[in-house]
Amino acid sequence: MPRSRFQRLLGVLGILAVLAILGFLLLPLFVVATAAFSSSALPSFPPKNLSLRWFVNAIGYPDFRAGFWNSLIVTPWSASIALVIGATFALAIEHYEFRFKSMLEGVLLSPLFVPHFTIGLGFLVLAVQISLVNTYAVVIACHVILVLPFVLRSVYISLRNFDPRLELAAASLGAPPRRVLVTVTLPLLLPGLVSGWLFGVLLSFNEFTASLFVTGQRTQTLPVAMYNYVRDYSDPSMAALAVMYIVAVAVLLTIANTFLGLGKVLNVERRT
Amino acid sequence: MVAMATVLQLSLRAYVPGSIDPGNLTLENFAALLKPLYARVFLNTVWICFLTAIGTLIISYPLAYALIHVRNPLAKSAILITAITPLFLGEVVRTYSWIIVFGNQGFINSVLLRFGLIDAPVQFMFTTFAVVVALVHVTIPVMVIMLATALAHIEPDYVKAAESLGAGPVRAFLTITLPLSMPGIIAGVTTAFTWTFSAFATPGLIGGGRVNMVSNLVYQLGFASFNFPFAATLCVAGLALTIAVLSLMRLATRSLEKIGPY
Repeated sequence: MPRSRFQRLLGVLGILAVLAILGFLLLPLFVVATAAFSSSALPSFPPKNLSLRWFVNAIGYPDFRAGFWNSLIVTPWSASIALVIGATFALAIEHYEFRFKSMLEGVLLSPLFVPHFTIGLGFLVLAVQISLVNTYAVVIACHVILVLPFVLRSVYISLRNFDPRLELAAASLGAPPRRVLVTVTLPLLLPGLVSGWLFGVLLSFNEFTASLFVTGQRTQTLPVAMYNYVRDYSDPSMAALAVMYIVAVAVLLTIANTFLGLGKVLNVERRT
Repeated sequence: MVAMATVLQLSLRAYVPGSIDPGNLTLENFAALLKPLYARVFLNTVWICFLTAIGTLIISYPLAYALIHVRNPLAKSAILITAITPLFLGEVVRTYSWIIVFGNQGFINSVLLRFGLIDAPVQFMFTTFAVVVALVHVTIPVMVIMLATALAHIEPDYVKAAESLGAGPVRAFLTITLPLSMPGIIAGVTTAFTWTFSAFATPGLIGGGRVNMVSNLVYQLGFASFNFPFAATLCVAGLALTIAVLSLMRLATRSLEKIGPY
């Protein structure tokens, strides 16, 4: 069918609109990068001189360093615990019928719509009651709850794409349930588990609002340290840190996309 | 499993007002909500959430559409990565970026001044507009994912059928694709609304105390005046509001389903 001039115009307009939106998405990142490499303390456009002094400053700033190490402690634990809990629940919900199943699902997914400051406050009050204020345990527990829905979703999607007949085949060939789980179910779910864990890591590493409530001076994570810095100072050290952050995330996502196929994980691939 | 459920339940229960002051159960906190000061913050928050949700929808739809319909795999990955990278940058980094964009010596003002379009910097910081733009930027990834999921599950044959029956691309889109993607739109708008409600750093830093949302109020009450019970009351009220909005959306979906082509 030959395309009319109107259709072609529509296509061009569509492409322009998409490019404009992508530009909007990238604009702040671009601006931050410019500010980070400029030598003046007040961001100016275009930058007068290029320098790396803000990077040196950001890497040397003690609160950023401490925040980074705290995040390195909190993040893997949160993501791993959330993965174990999430995978268990996803398997249970997918495989078994039981009472209160939809209620359980609702409770597990509730952190999606309960505001983070509410969860943060709840954990803070809880921590006060069982005297665990300013401990990593509270921060980790809070993060586990927050990333759980995402981990659950990721595992759930890979379970949906999983053919249960493979389990039956293994069982009919004489494999006991545990062997089925270890040799068939888990390896086939591995991509979903890995991507779920990665999601958990990224979200926990970035979590800010609830962390602000549950962390203390000693346990503050990197985003909290950054927030305090932005509130108190205005030099581009933060921009330098943001650039490092952006590069790290973009690299991680590209790797994840290459090896895991983000489209499939996010369930946005077109059905064939 | 049990421990997990207990913690969750406790965390949801811990902010019930009065539980911090044992034996001092009172409804005074809830009555205080009606004071104009707090009521205004609530209205303001809902208004910002609403603007953000709609703005995000308008910007995300073309992107999700392109993500599904672009054939070139490289362009597809580029769109996907660009669209979801902001999701993983965290609120603080993104908010900081927008501060440099909007500041009085920021990007927009520098560019406008350079080209002589304005004589003095335009005040973007501390305005609702700037807060909403930054929040839209924060919310786009989630919306794109939800819309793309819905769009990906529309049978392409339906559109082809409409076109072979003589419908132009605009008509085919309005009568087939748009109604069929309605579940995604509703889910996306709902999520955008609740996420925005929970935003803290963006209104805190860009709003700078002049654009206040419930989250900022809760923090101020908790950490500046140590009025935890009232902070908890605000949380409960916020949660009730969120649930009310969610139920309204669900009602809207149900009535849409009756009209729609289901």
